[in-house]
Amino acid sequence: MTIRAQMSRLTEDLHACADRLGRPASFMEVCGTHTVNACRSGVHSLMPSTVRLISGPGCPVCVTAQRYIDALIELGRDDDVTLTTYGDMMRVAGAGGSLELARSEGADVRIVTSTMEAVELARREPGRQVVFAAVGFETTAPATAAAVLAAKRDGLANFTVLPCHKLVLPAMMALLADPEAQIDGFICPGHVSVIIGAEAYRPVVDQHAKPCVVTGFEALQIMDGILALTRQLEAGETKLENRYPQVVSNEGNPKAMALIDKVFQPGDSAWRAIGMIARSGLDLRPDYAEFDAFQRYGITLGEDHDPPGCRCGEVITGKCAPADCPLFGTVCTPIYPIGPCMVSSEGSCQAWFKYRRQEMKHAERRAAQEEIVS
Amino acid sequence: MTRTEPTSAPISPHAQRIVLAHGGGGQLTDELIEDIIRPRLNNEWLEALDDSAVLSVPAGNLAFTTDSYVVQPLEFPGGDIGRLAVSGTVNDLAVCGAEPAHIALSLILEEGLDLELLRRMLDSIAAAADEAGVRIVTGDTKVVARGQADGMYINTTGVGMIRPGRSLGMAQVQAGDVVLVSGEIADHGLAVMLQREPQTAIRSELKSDAAPLNGLIARLLEQVPEVIFLRDPTRGGLAGVIADLAERTGLHLVIDETRIPIRQETLYAAEMLGLDPLDVANEGKVVVVVRPNAADAALETLRADPLGCRAAIIGQFEGEADGLCELLTDVGGRRIIQKPYGEELPRIC
Amino acid sequence: MCLALPAKIVEKDGEDAWVLLGDARMKVNLVMTPEAEVDDWVLVHAGFAIQQLSEEDALETWQLIDDLRQPEEAAS
Repeated sequence: MTIRAQMSRLTEDLHACADRLGRPASFMEVCGTHTVNACRSGVHSLMPSTVRLISGPGCPVCVTAQRYIDALIELGRDDDVTLTTYGDMMRVAGAGGSLELARSEGADVRIVTSTMEAVELARREPGRQVVFAAVGFETTAPATAAAVLAAKRDGLANFTVLPCHKLVLPAMMALLADPEAQIDGFICPGHVSVIIGAEAYRPVVDQHAKPCVVTGFEALQIMDGILALTRQLEAGETKLENRYPQVVSNEGNPKAMALIDKVFQPGDSAWRAIGMIARSGLDLRPDYAEFDAFQRYGITLGEDHDPPGCRCGEVITGKCAPADCPLFGTVCTPIYPIGPCMVSSEGSCQAWFKYRRQEMKHAERRAAQEEIVS
Repeated sequence: MTRTEPTSAPISPHAQRIVLAHGGGGQLTDELIEDIIRPRLNNEWLEALDDSAVLSVPAGNLAFTTDSYVVQPLEFPGGDIGRLAVSGTVNDLAVCGAEPAHIALSLILEEGLDLELLRRMLDSIAAAADEAGVRIVTGDTKVVARGQADGMYINTTGVGMIRPGRSLGMAQVQAGDVVLVSGEIADHGLAVMLQREPQTAIRSELKSDAAPLNGLIARLLEQVPEVIFLRDPTRGGLAGVIADLAERTGLHLVIDETRIPIRQETLYAAEMLGLDPLDVANEGKVVVVVRPNAADAALETLRADPLGCRAAIIGQFEGEADGLCELLTDVGGRRIIQKPYGEELPRIC
Repeated sequence: MCLALPAKIVEKDGEDAWVLLGDARMKVNLVMTPEAEVDDWVLVHAGFAIQQLSEEDALETWQLIDDLRQPEEAAS
């Protein structure tokens, strides 16, 4: 059977299930890669109008506080410093511009696709102070830990990280603690789950009675996850389902968790557009203070101010859709982003802008034409 | 004080690199031209060594185009900056319906450039010009100080006569017209990107598709009069061209993702770097719009050529006048294609 | 932060390994999957193997990606 035939079968099942459910349902996909892939493959266009996907805070780039970006840019003004970053971070704006702009003004900014490339750079260029912008969830945090351990083992005095790692579960729990949150279930982040294990979401199911489904990133797997959540609602169930068992185990990857635990300890962390969430970030343990760019350069983060009029906080928490924000698509666009959700390619606003904005215009126009005809 | 200077000594066998004096207009410039450039590109116009090439042209419309090449690295699997500089300008002329004829070549070299590399690039320029059947009729060479350029930059400017009685243009596109692409997409952009830091941790066999397409396009225009528009999907990729086609014709264009030809290894590389292959540059492909009754003929003609053997029909214009390009995705969903924003960065998210 | 693909290990040197993704070779770090050996499959994210996979599961994921470009009907 072709992929389209398989998708069409899932879609039919979803429509039938949503009809039987008889009420609207909103599911949050926590991971930005789910957001991008759903938009890119047109999953939204196949869903019944009563089932809605909300893009959650699963884009580490979008939830990185402005003041963190500002601290990176400030560091980049030091002629001895080479900033290393994943490409994802290049266009994220702080209050004072982005790394892309900082590079155009003379900062030495290099894109890496692995933390080990940053360590290798420090080895190769002992005259440079190499700082790695350590962002990401649990999938990426062990890679930072491994880099810090490698730097310690090799006695690299010119390598530091500026840690800004975030933890998924505390964010999900914080969202659910908000009585206004409109979330009927979660599509859990597939590759974060590889590290933390499917059982990590048990508190969401037990304490908040919200169904959780762990699923993969191909469009078929995403649709399968949406169907599984809708079926749970229909049956009045609240279960934790692991529908990605090929790569996600219940207990996760203990080696990776041990790496995180060895190098990091949980700390309070500021999420852009959400605010401070207790124990939702990772700080370097005192044993590794020498690799902490915050300490080496005496950086303290200032106040964060979200741009006026921006509703990213409500978008991330599922209270409104990107198109409901007055800035969306007018003054806030991917080329000149204002809110954090517009800055990253997997941010909910950018994904909507790129893949769904015209589609919605298209639907509006069709509806208007139909009205005229009738 | 007497000083003897060599008058016409060839470039010293010890000189391995470009020095600033190679661009100074003096003896070293002459040596560079005589010993390295002219032997590779010579023709009656370069022979004359005049400040301008004088061309005799028949009556009609002349297509005239220019493009600068700054690719890094200078050499990559499947091509180099020289092949790119000739192919790009030839293709820009060819897609306008012109027969590319004459090219002006301008080199900006960085002090310290390896002469052996320069020789290879000139050989490559000569080979691509031969392949395309065009002549390099005039040129210029400048040298800038170390650090002021990245090895070498090339500008090529080209002219060619528009085929009489043949007009191509977006204005003629109408509902029902069919869209083809001449082969597998995204090879050039990904092959080049994989050669750059930091992707050097990836070793791939992926090759750039850089090639002059004027032969392929000439046969297509001769054999299929119903072809009404051509465009080479370079920077901005296929997405840039199809989104632009919908926007500027004001029609609704539907593209079927499963029909877009792409090599498996290219798709894998795009997945690895988190890039959408539709947004990635091509340097040896052409997008063709043809009347529906001649779509099969166009496909057959493209496929008869080695440069078009993987051509495919990928979509059709529909009646609705909304200026949108809609992609029927590989899983059967629908989404709107937009032009890429600019430089695509590898991501891990 | 979740782009990850299954790949087969073709060369191993302590913590470092080369994996094969299609015809491309990529350098990865095995610190999170130290038991993985040559010919084993791993899930690769940002230069690290984050999980060992069975060959069957790895191939299934690739099949999903390969199937995406199977035309609905033979191209005319």
